[in-house]
Amino acid sequence: MRPFAFERAPDLAAAQRVVALSASSRAETVPAMLLAGGTTLLDLMKLDVLRPERVVDINALAGRFGGVAAEPAGLRLGALARMAQVADDAGVRRDYPVIAESLALAASAQLRNMASLGGNVLQRTRCSYFRDVSHAACNKRNPGSGCAALGGCNRQHAVLGTSDHCIATYPGDFAQALVALDAVVEIEGPQGARRLPFAGLHRLPGDRPDEETVLRPGEIIAGFLVPAGPWARRSRYVKVRDRESYAFAAASAAVALDLDGDRVREARIALGGVATIPWRAREAEAALAGQVLDEAGAERAAAAAFREARTHGDNDHKPELGRRTLVRALLEAARMEI
Amino acid sequence: MPDGSMSGRIGQSPVRVDGRAKVTGAAHYASDMAVPNPAWAWLVTSAIARGRIAAIDEAAARAVPGVLDILTHRSMRGEVGDAGFFAGGGYAGSTIRPLQDDRVRHDGEIVAIVLAEGLEQAREAAYRLRIDYAEETPAAGFGSEGAELVSAREASGGSFEDPGVGDADAAFAGAAIRVAADYATPTQHHNPIELFTTTAQWEDGRLTVFEGSQYVHGLKNGLAAQLGLDPAMVRVESPYIGGAFGSRGSLTQRTALIAVAARRLNRPVKLVATRDQGFTIASYRAETRQHVKLGADTDGRLVALVHEGTEVTSRPDPYKVAGTQTTSRIYACPNIRTRVSLLHADRNTPGFMRSPPELPYMFALESAMDELAHAAGLDPIELRRRNDTMREPIKGLPWTSRSLMPCFDRGAAAFGWAERNPAPRSMREGDWLVGWGCATTIYPTHLGAATARVTLTPDGRARVQTAAHEIGTGTYTVVAQAAAEGLGLPLGKVLVEMGDSDLPPAPVSGGSNVTASVCTVVMQACEQIRARLAAAATEGPLQGRDPATLRLLDGALRAPDGAAEPLAAAMARAANGAIEVYAENIPEGLPPDSLKKLYQGKQALGGGLEGKQHVMAAFGAEFVEVRVHSRTAELRVPRILGAFAAGRIVNPRTARSQLMGGLIWGIGSALHEATEIDRRTARYVNDNIAEYLIPVNADVPQVEVLFVEEEERTANPLGIKGLGELGNVGTNAAIANAVFHATGKRVRELPIRIESVL
Ligand SMILES: Cc1cc2nc3c(=O)[nH]c(=O)nc-3n(C[C@H](O)[C@H](O)[C@H](O)COP(=O)(O)OP(=O)(O)OC[C@H]3O[C@@H](n4cnc5c(N)ncnc54)[C@H](O)[C@@H]3O)c2cc1C
Ligand code: SF4
Repeated sequence: MRPFAFERAPDLAAAQRVVALSASSRAETVPAMLLAGGTTLLDLMKLDVLRPERVVDINALAGRFGGVAAEPAGLRLGALARMAQVADDAGVRRDYPVIAESLALAASAQLRNMASLGGNVLQRTRCSYFRDVSHAACNKRNPGSGCAALGGCNRQHAVLGTSDHCIATYPGDFAQALVALDAVVEIEGPQGARRLPFAGLHRLPGDRPDEETVLRPGEIIAGFLVPAGPWARRSRYVKVRDRESYAFAAASAAVALDLDGDRVREARIALGGVATIPWRAREAEAALAGQVLDEAGAERAAAAAFREARTHGDNDHKPELGRRTLVRALLEAARMEI
Repeated sequence: MPDGSMSGRIGQSPVRVDGRAKVTGAAHYASDMAVPNPAWAWLVTSAIARGRIAAIDEAAARAVPGVLDILTHRSMRGEVGDAGFFAGGGYAGSTIRPLQDDRVRHDGEIVAIVLAEGLEQAREAAYRLRIDYAEETPAAGFGSEGAELVSAREASGGSFEDPGVGDADAAFAGAAIRVAADYATPTQHHNPIELFTTTAQWEDGRLTVFEGSQYVHGLKNGLAAQLGLDPAMVRVESPYIGGAFGSRGSLTQRTALIAVAARRLNRPVKLVATRDQGFTIASYRAETRQHVKLGADTDGRLVALVHEGTEVTSRPDPYKVAGTQTTSRIYACPNIRTRVSLLHADRNTPGFMRSPPELPYMFALESAMDELAHAAGLDPIELRRRNDTMREPIKGLPWTSRSLMPCFDRGAAAFGWAERNPAPRSMREGDWLVGWGCATTIYPTHLGAATARVTLTPDGRARVQTAAHEIGTGTYTVVAQAAAEGLGLPLGKVLVEMGDSDLPPAPVSGGSNVTASVCTVVMQACEQIRARLAAAATEGPLQGRDPATLRLLDGALRAPDGAAEPLAAAMARAANGAIEVYAENIPEGLPPDSLKKLYQGKQALGGGLEGKQHVMAAFGAEFVEVRVHSRTAELRVPRILGAFAAGRIVNPRTARSQLMGGLIWGIGSALHEATEIDRRTARYVNDNIAEYLIPVNADVPQVEVLFVEEEERTANPLGIKGLGELGNVGTNAAIANAVFHATGKRVRELPIRIESVL
């Protein structure tokens, strides 16, 4: 870790002022980073992967951006709400089970108590080459240096949305639920507030894997708005992992279904553990629309979702695992009593 | 220091005497020890596995405020001598000596040490140190160009013989039922929760090192050899250890470097290495490839057994575990051939890791036994019954005791094995395929020479001093129990001091020998005290009684007829005050120089399967239920059960906890644990415990341990067989066998993960 200045921002304006005014004094550092739960940021600072000159604690904004509110239009989640708080919320569990499950199945109890929703969606990849600065080649950490995971250890790496420059998996769970439910992300910036479809927040790696989101300097995620819809209650998050708890997804699927008998009116599907960003599987949704949701239908949808998958050796099993995970999630959601 | 007020003799289950101190934080581990004004060390480790250090730029690092010095090969060359490889009569777990030249011989080798006023400053400076390498293409291990294969026999200079008997290949060719298969086990790291730390302090030319160690006398003598000191000038303190599992058994190279740093700065130096550095500055379990052939007659009786194994090691050190020494001895079989080879690669030197030989090699043998049972159409337990033997097959020596089949029978009954449908893929619950598997577990009964000082004071208190180690197994407690038993005192009146090389030497806490070795010598010391008191009881209430019949019990010296004299009075006859006895013991069957080697800090365990008259081991049978999701192939173990026979159980509570821990470890070893290595660079990749998985609570919902009573008369006077490493030996195979039963797929490579059965 390198020395940094630490500040607590008492309000939004102060937070933005600090971030906007800071300038980097050295090429190797970034001017300022926000601290919420710190469970991603501090780890990566200790590993020397992130080198902010200033760390701005925004937890004092929790009064304004830390709530969970069910409104007629949908569910409003503050960026500083803790993962555990939302996972345990009775209303969320009943009306948006995919959100509660995606949070409850993530990380450990200690981390969920500490970590915020805003920090969660911005967590960084678990690619080991990214997290260890002694590996020289990592385009995400050091643009233009290459990608050690291509041809290296890539069992956990992505098969969807990859590029020749980066195949790192987006590791989180909650973001899949947001993507599937068409959530909107609310952003406060120095130039004012703006809203984006959550699915537009993360960027594909392309040739700039270091640029992970469309957030601009000084912008803060204020919260998420999840629209109410007939699919929200019949929603489910299936997470497949190497051990029973406290592990990142080997593959996961967030699904929300609006059924008419055994026929699908509308399906919402997002995939985790297999893609470089929270992955909306629109081809799979299209394959299901208007169809009977049985084993064969689910398999057709899953095949569509992974048609473009590209594997890299250690992760050759991922398309098959991803397909099966999606089939399982669809059939389990179809069986839900709501 | 531990104090316990529970009563607890041998065979009872007092709570750990140090339990309260540990859960309240009162127990101080090595890096908790307060030293005046310490400087902090931060290691810089190599980013390549093979090559040379071409240039070091210290400028930016030295500019960090608080930096005191940066040690590199340029300033440290010649400072640290060779302590020799432990398995060749020396002390070191690895003979690769960092900072002694510009070579890099493995990933994560120490290439510099930053010393600073504070930990954060040392770390920052370490991050700013620039090292340029002249890299050479390394060999990572199996399949790598440049790796060098030698037979273990050759590597040992002829001292190692591959066990064998008869003509196994001919017998296999003619066998009615045959199975032959290749097995693979991965690199695994101990990851004890306590990081690798060293604190060094010099006072008047005398060096004190605080470091978690499984062998303080070994570390002391090895350090003295490396630093050219009289061993009397070195002291190692290690009162508590936060897990070791073999990783702290032999000297590692960091310790001498930190000692030199402290001497140079003329102040104490403290190092707490990081989790990822722990993967490369200490040892690990070597990756293996194995081949097993089993031939049997139509009744399932073995006629041929072939077991070949190859183990990865470093370039210089011929470290091997050679588990064929065990796998060739378990079952009756007239024709056996084994062969162990080593593959030298650009890796750090592997070393002991819980059940070092047995864990990988028994995975292969016990998987193959299950394959044979399937091929022969026999229940796997029945197959083992048909090949059970009270004599090992290589030399025909008798087992001192062996309760393998009683363990299978007790375990099978408790597990409900009779309900098992033998057909693979025949059992199911909802979306989950269910499989039941079992395997034999074994661990040789090792013993070592040991010494102890026992002091009894007239107020009825005893102090036991022996340089054994509390690695989490409960040694403080069982040693206290032995003294309480021998002196007839309540447990709370016994104070045990261990983990300090100034104390009488005790053997390495490895090979599951400590309870047997140390309790034996403590009992001998107690017996000498009893004999002195008995001999002095010529007057008073015990007058005229045969001294040999007098016993120490409940705070008094007692005769069989009920006559008794309180301890204080009996002691007043025998001595003016305290009675202090120093006892030394060489277990029967060990060479006479064992004691000398102990004082020199060498590792010299005996017994086990090396005996000339008999062989001794603890046995057990392990049963697991595995569930595999029929769609997504997650593997889970909802229950596991082990039935074990290990002679006299000194403390069933701590014994159970060892065996439970072993079973849980076995689950991890079978399903989770693997160090990933980038084959191009020979570097470890998942070197942290977020990515190197071990079981969490949710993975081990039901773990059951049963003790099968066993009388052992030969191994040692107390009839103890060690069991610290018994628990995790059979688990890998039991799980693989259960996975086969659940899915119909035989997985011969560990760990078994989703993609193995998808
Ligand atoms: C061992 C381990 C296992 C884990 N397992 C899982 C898992 O299984 N599933 C899973 O989903 N996650 C997992 N996580 C990740 C964990 O959920 C995230 O670290 C956590 O959610 C991040 O939230 P935080 O509030 O601590 O973020 P911080 O560390 O405080 O911040 C993370 C990043 O987001 C930025 N940031 C934070 N808040 C805002 C905001 N409001 N606006 C703009 N920028 C912001 C910070 O500047 C920083 O760059 C695991 C983490 C660990 C360490
Ligand atoms: S996959 Fe991406 S994060 Fe990983 S090494 Fe390659 S560029 Fe870096």
